Amino acid sequence: MRIENHPILGTYQKGPLVTFTLDGKEMKGYEGEPIAAALRAAGVMTHRHTSKLDMPRGIFCAIGRCTDCVMIVDGKPNIRTCVTPLQEGMKVQTQYGIKAKE
Amino acid sequence: MKRYDLIIIGAGPAGLSAAVEAAGAGMHVVVFDENARPGGQLFKQIHKFFGSKEHKAKIRGIRIGEELLKEAEDAGVEVHLNAIVMGLFDCKEITVMENEAVHHYKADSIIIATGARENMVPFEGWTLPGVIGAGAAQTLMNLHGVQPGSRVLMVGSGNVGLVVSFQLLQAGVQVAAVIDAAPRVGGYGVHASKVARTGVPFYLSHTVVKAEGENHVTGAVIAQVDERFQPIPGTEMHLDVDTICMAVGLSPMSQLLSMAGCEMVDKGGVVPVVNAYGETSIRGIFAAGDVAGIEEASSAMITGRITAAAAAAELGYLSEEEFEKKAENLKASLKQLHEGMFSPENRGRTDLTVTDEGIALSSTLLKKGYVADEEISRFPGVVSGIKGIHPVIECTQNIPCNPCQDACRFGCISVGEKITKLPEVNQEARCTGCGMCVAMCSGQAIFLVDEDYDETGASVTIPYEFLPYPEPGTKGTALGRDGKAVCEAEVLSCRTAPVMDHTALLTIRVPKSMAMKARFFTV
Repeated sequence: MRIENHPILGTYQKGPLVTFTLDGKEMKGYEGEPIAAALRAAGVMTHRHTSKLDMPRGIFCAIGRCTDCVMIVDGKPNIRTCVTPLQEGMKVQTQYGIKAKE
Repeated sequence: MKRYDLIIIGAGPAGLSAAVEAAGAGMHVVVFDENARPGGQLFKQIHKFFGSKEHKAKIRGIRIGEELLKEAEDAGVEVHLNAIVMGLFDCKEITVMENEAVHHYKADSIIIATGARENMVPFEGWTLPGVIGAGAAQTLMNLHGVQPGSRVLMVGSGNVGLVVSFQLLQAGVQVAAVIDAAPRVGGYGVHASKVARTGVPFYLSHTVVKAEGENHVTGAVIAQVDERFQPIPGTEMHLDVDTICMAVGLSPMSQLLSMAGCEMVDKGGVVPVVNAYGETSIRGIFAAGDVAGIEEASSAMITGRITAAAAAAELGYLSEEEFEKKAENLKASLKQLHEGMFSPENRGRTDLTVTDEGIALSSTLLKKGYVADEEISRFPGVVSGIKGIHPVIECTQNIPCNPCQDACRFGCISVGEKITKLPEVNQEARCTGCGMCVAMCSGQAIFLVDEDYDETGASVTIPYEFLPYPEPGTKGTALGRDGKAVCEAEVLSCRTAPVMDHTALLTIRVPKSMAMKARFFTV
């Protein structure tokens, strides 16, 4: 899912490869890229489930406007993962309503 | 509270251009942007821009963005990033959220350059992960190097939908189809053609009725629509896709202007009422770029400069004479971009049937995204039967663009003064086959054809922006304008040069009879 060599852009400047967790599972991504980009590259589609109907939601606008991609990051809910840079050791959790799964 | 001469909200093409202009006039200026990086959407625009030299035509949006940033830096413009402007008040005071605290700033003039957001149309399953905005696809691919999906349905055939479809192909993503509820392709024909010739089907008068899947998109159902844009039962068609990309228009983000009490009007999106220099009903509050009416980055950069010059003149940083001279030049430049069949006043028109030259438009181009073989020869850039190598310019609509004319040092190509005119090939001039016109055409609509390449074959040179570049000797298939296989082909060369900026010149050999048909190559 990552683009290795782009015909116009060549290779992408990325930070160091770091480890973070998604619902306790260890994942890899590049430091400084949006959490959402790391998740999409790893094939993760669902970021949260809605509170009333439990419907899945993922990336929609990718520029921090629509808030569809919010997740719990380091214990804090409603973090827009598309504009929040990934850091080593981040604890990312799928959000259910505004909470983590109990 | 800090004070400035001028506050600019939005560090995109309009805001940064305004800042450069204002700083140049000697104003004390600050720019706020909610994003972590300046440049707005420019850094996602990896295609070559249209226009003429002064509009930075044939330069890719990303490079224009880099240049603009450097200009702003050199001018000493202060840019606050991660700064969300929450409030704008008619006394020209703003409240800004920075580092989780609210700060106040005040200026004598304010330019709002907040841009636009993407529209959405709801349909069954539209909230599923995998339904994304076209802008999201661009952000993931072009900024972060991540494919948004593996197979995409593009909804919308305006320039955004067409450009992003091509970018998806460049990123190695399959495009299952481009659809649009409108009966005609909305964007530039040249953008459609470069997608269509790779084999992507276009379905006009079609809409998406359903996103399939439980947890994420696993398919899409599209259907034909009637004149009232309602799906016609029985015309449903399933497409195997994992991503549905929505490119159904943009809306100005003009909330701050409403908040300040500027007079607003709904013109397919709420925009402020402005005078010729972008000044709103409140003196000293201006709007520039998409927030004042959706156009594209080239015109946003000009309107940014016009508003900044007006603000500078109002506060005495430019004399009336200096201002008038500047404004006149900028408006003339903007006027060039506002001509032709895609001009603001022609937006949404479906009754245009001929070019300014009186040539009938290609109906297949508007319905299927490519010019049919039997239609192509009526355009002035398309010549055949000439001895030796020559350009074939498949530019069939009046769009504001003329780099092809400057690209040829030998006088083979002329557009003339009016940059929306269709380019013509001068058959007297001698083409050397250098291929600069092929590489410089922002629409990738120019080909070099040598109908006398050898005894039985012709050579066709194609603008090629995909990886890997095919090696000379590679045997494959030539595709027609419609993306269908027309014959076997062999790669003769694949040339690149820094000046061509990643548009390679791929030359293939095809049978003579295919010289005017083969327009793409696939292994």
